[in-house]
Amino acid sequence: MMPRFSVGTSVNVRRGNPPGHIRTPYYIRGKSGTVERICGEFRNPEELAYGRSGEPKQVLYRVRFNQKDIWPDYKGPAKDTIDVELYEHWLEPAH
Amino acid sequence: MMDNITHTHEGPNPHAPRPDHDDTLTHHKRLEIAVRELLIEKGILTADEIREAIERMDARGPHLGAKLVARAWVDPAFKTRLLKDGSTAADEAGVQMDQPTRLIVVENTPQVHNLVVCTLCSCYPRMVLGIPPDWYKSRAYRSRAVHEPRTVLAEFGTHLPDDVAVRVHDSTADMRYLVLPMRPKGTEGFDEARLAELVTRDSMIGVTTL
Repeated sequence: MMPRFSVGTSVNVRRGNPPGHIRTPYYIRGKSGTVERICGEFRNPEELAYGRSGEPKQVLYRVRFNQKDIWPDYKGPAKDTIDVELYEHWLEPAH
Repeated sequence: MMDNITHTHEGPNPHAPRPDHDDTLTHHKRLEIAVRELLIEKGILTADEIREAIERMDARGPHLGAKLVARAWVDPAFKTRLLKDGSTAADEAGVQMDQPTRLIVVENTPQVHNLVVCTLCSCYPRMVLGIPPDWYKSRAYRSRAVHEPRTVLAEFGTHLPDDVAVRVHDSTADMRYLVLPMRPKGTEGFDEARLAELVTRDSMIGVTTL
C-alpha cells in the first residue's frame, strides 16, 4: 500500500467520534500537524479489538503538532511539540 | 515467626491491624486461573511454558535500555543505527524485541528534550525497560504529560530553560519509545559498562536528565 502522505506534509486529523476501540486520542481530533515519519503498515487496531483480522493493513504515521495549536492555554514556549501516532484513515490533507 | 505472635500493633508506630488481600479471589484473578488451567488441560500450553514466559518478562528491565544508551555514547556508528531503526539496532546489540511493536529511540540534545507517555493506556517499551512504574500508568501522568509537560518535568526535579524545546511522544499505536539521554559531563574516560551503570529508568522515559 502506497502511503497517501509523505514526510513534511501538512495534515488534519479527522473530527470523527465513532464508537469502539479507537487509538486516535480525543485531544488531537480536528487538529493540524505535519507528518514526521511513516512507521510502516500495521493491522488496524479498531478491527483487531473485536477479534477480526485487522486487514487490510493501515499505514501508520507519526504526526508532529505544535503544543500551542493543541492547548489554547499552553504555558511553554512556541517550539514545544507533541508527536502522535495516527493511522492513515484518520488523516486528511490540510487545505 | 515469634514476632507475628507477639506483634500488638502498638509500640513506636502504632497502627490498626490491616487485613491481607492475597487470598481475595477477584474477578480477574479467577478469570486468569480459569484460562490458564484450561490452556494447560487442553494441551495448548504447558505449565513450564507459562513459567518460562513469566520469567522472560521478569528478566527484562532498565539494564537493557541502559546497555543501548551506553553503547550509543561510545560508538557513534551504533548511535546512528539506533536512531534510524531502534528495533534492528537493539537486536544487533543482543536485546531481543520479542514483539510486533517497533522501537523508536529519540535523542536528547542541548536544544531538545524528549518525554514519553501513553495517554490511551500504558504502552511502554517493556522490551528494553521491563515493567512500567505505577506513576507511568496513572491518569494524572497520562493526562498532564501532554498538557503541561514542563510542570510535570519540574515535579520530577527537571527544570528546563525555555530555549530547550520539549518534545512529547504519545505512544498511541504500534511504536514504543526510548529516550537517549545526554551523556553526563566528566565521564570521558568511562568504558561502556561503567557508563551503563549511570543510566536510570526515568532518564530513558524522559522525566529526568543525567
